[in-house]
Amino acid sequence: MNKKTKSRIEMGFIYAFILFMFIIIAYPLLWTIGISLNPGTNMFSSSMIPENITFEHYKWLFTDPSSDYLIWYKNSVFVAVVNSVASVIITSFVAYAFSRYKFVGRKNGLYAFLLLQMFPALMGMVALYILLNLIGLLDNLWGLILIYVGGQIPFNAWLVKGYFDTIPRELDEAARMDGAGHFQVFFKIMLPLAKPILAVVALFNFMAPFTDFLLPRIVLSSPENFTLALGLFNFINNQFANNFTRFAAGSILIAIPIALVFLFLQRYLISGLTSGATKG
Amino acid sequence: MPQTSPATKDVKQKNHNVKLATILSLVFAGLGQIYNKRLLKGIIFLIIESAFLITMLNFIIHGVWGFITLGEVKGEDHSIILLIEGLVSLIVIAFAATLYVYNVIDAKRDARLLAQGESVPSVRKQIKDAYDAGFPYMMVGPGLVMLVFIVVLPLAFMISLAFTDYNLYNSPPRNLLSWVGFQNFVDLVTLSIWKKSFLNVLSWTLVWTVVATTLQIALGLFLALLVNDERVKFKRTIRTVLILPWAVPAFVTILIFSAMFNDTFGAINKDILSQFGMMIPWLTDPTWTKVALIMIQTWLGFPFVFALFTGVLQSIPRDMYEAADVDGGTRLQKFRFITFPHIMFATAPLLIMQYAQNFNNFNIIYLFNEGGPAVRGQNAGGTDILISWVYKLTFDTNNYNMAAAITIIMGLVVSIFAFYQFRKTAAYKEEGEM
Repeated sequence: MNKKTKSRIEMGFIYAFILFMFIIIAYPLLWTIGISLNPGTNMFSSSMIPENITFEHYKWLFTDPSSDYLIWYKNSVFVAVVNSVASVIITSFVAYAFSRYKFVGRKNGLYAFLLLQMFPALMGMVALYILLNLIGLLDNLWGLILIYVGGQIPFNAWLVKGYFDTIPRELDEAARMDGAGHFQVFFKIMLPLAKPILAVVALFNFMAPFTDFLLPRIVLSSPENFTLALGLFNFINNQFANNFTRFAAGSILIAIPIALVFLFLQRYLISGLTSGATKG
Repeated sequence: MPQTSPATKDVKQKNHNVKLATILSLVFAGLGQIYNKRLLKGIIFLIIESAFLITMLNFIIHGVWGFITLGEVKGEDHSIILLIEGLVSLIVIAFAATLYVYNVIDAKRDARLLAQGESVPSVRKQIKDAYDAGFPYMMVGPGLVMLVFIVVLPLAFMISLAFTDYNLYNSPPRNLLSWVGFQNFVDLVTLSIWKKSFLNVLSWTLVWTVVATTLQIALGLFLALLVNDERVKFKRTIRTVLILPWAVPAFVTILIFSAMFNDTFGAINKDILSQFGMMIPWLTDPTWTKVALIMIQTWLGFPFVFALFTGVLQSIPRDMYEAADVDGGTRLQKFRFITFPHIMFATAPLLIMQYAQNFNNFNIIYLFNEGGPAVRGQNAGGTDILISWVYKLTFDTNNYNMAAAITIIMGLVVSIFAFYQFRKTAAYKEEGEM
């Protein structure tokens, strides 16, 4: 067997395996799209390739008076925007101090970040529930935002600090010589240079409220406060209204924008993560 | 600050007593600074300590009392509220103690400078110094406060609960809680139903973490190597498709898989396996549920690893492979000695995080089959991992004390991951640099 045929056979195997992966990836996604186009609410009578395609579920989500879908969408966008902005501000403040200043507790603080980012929020759920109840923010979007913003600090501060460390100190020292103050160095030098990592943090925190379902489930209880993930979960979890087709339609409407944003930005996500992890 | 004539100032400075300054600052924060003629700083410290004593003292005494006793009057003292107030008081005490120690150190340092004959800086200089020294604390402040109340306090609360007798039948405000020491941990390994559940859940958690994570890493690595082959065309398209499972929100895909794996009318049994005359009890047999969970997690998890490795593979210098070719290295050797060490060095911390994440992967376990199916003789479902069991114990059966005890055990396991992470990070940089 000569080199060329061997290479051909190899390529055949490689493409076959990639094709196999394509099918495994595409099947559940296409199946969901198919189900969402079926009439009726029952999964049993639905099939992947429906006989009569209908958009009634999509229409129902947006137009039916008993549908809260648009409210949930609005809630999710609200939480996502506030969470994203607040997280970037607080995290970059913390990261700036940790990257450029010496102060009491700096080193232990960094270790604490590393340790705390390993503990999932679920471990403190009972306490968070009681605390939010005490300050009257239970079943309130602000309560949810508060937990998101606080909980993201250990991981993201670490990430941003790692990136700040790669910005040469000579730049801020030169600015100091020219009489720039602490804040001026921060706003005029650090922030503009750290845009890529800040974008990553903003994106992470923007996406979290769309995909997280556990925290909203514990914090939020009335349907007009639900976020998308929680609302959709209730479509199929509610035993008296098992609406799988409607759930499928609702899921596709969340999955498509998120997937598009994600695919568009994944290059930055990866480079942000690797630089944060190895240099952090 | 009004300057006295140079002569008197000199004399005073030479007689400046470092010990006295330290003692004064120990007696009441700020006194030492005033003795050091740093009036501004001294007054700030004075105000802080007075304000602290006036406003917080009662709260702290009450808090510490509550923390120790967990309440004394049935129906009136709410043990849980007292516990939280107690923890808050402890945190406040820690903050105050730090400030107090800082005050003493500061007084001592200034006094020593004065005794060595340095002059008292002007007010303007003092303000600027205070701003410079205080700036990092100001930046960290808001984040720190949030972190303490949203992450640290809840964890501390959970840890405390593990040493109480808080459950459905003994819950405030009707009853008072009390400290029970390590009783919950003892129960966990001695009472038969708890022992059985705990051992089953723990062993499945470990198997799940190791198998699911290793599979997703292996598949991601394998695909990254395949697609990176220079003979493969349409690389961009292939990569985009392979990343899709990561891009779609995980909770959506898990719920969809849960429907697809439905025993009677799910697509897997109805459309695919029925062709071969098979029906697999995906959701009713624990072993098959575990198989399904591992497959789904591999589907969900490999794209991240794939993307990560793809990025690293492209950064490996080409001439290393060329040199290996010259030496007649085989493909396996090239992988073993060039590619593998390279990607592992760059990504090890992130891969460890993958294991830690799966260890705590509540979403997939709970959303796929709520940890089920139920298993006779234990109070955890057949596929519950520690974290989903904790969730059920907390929110379904209100066994708060046991849930907390298990949380602590989880915390210990997580700390092992963290410890590895520390060493890894410490290896990257010298002391003090980080």
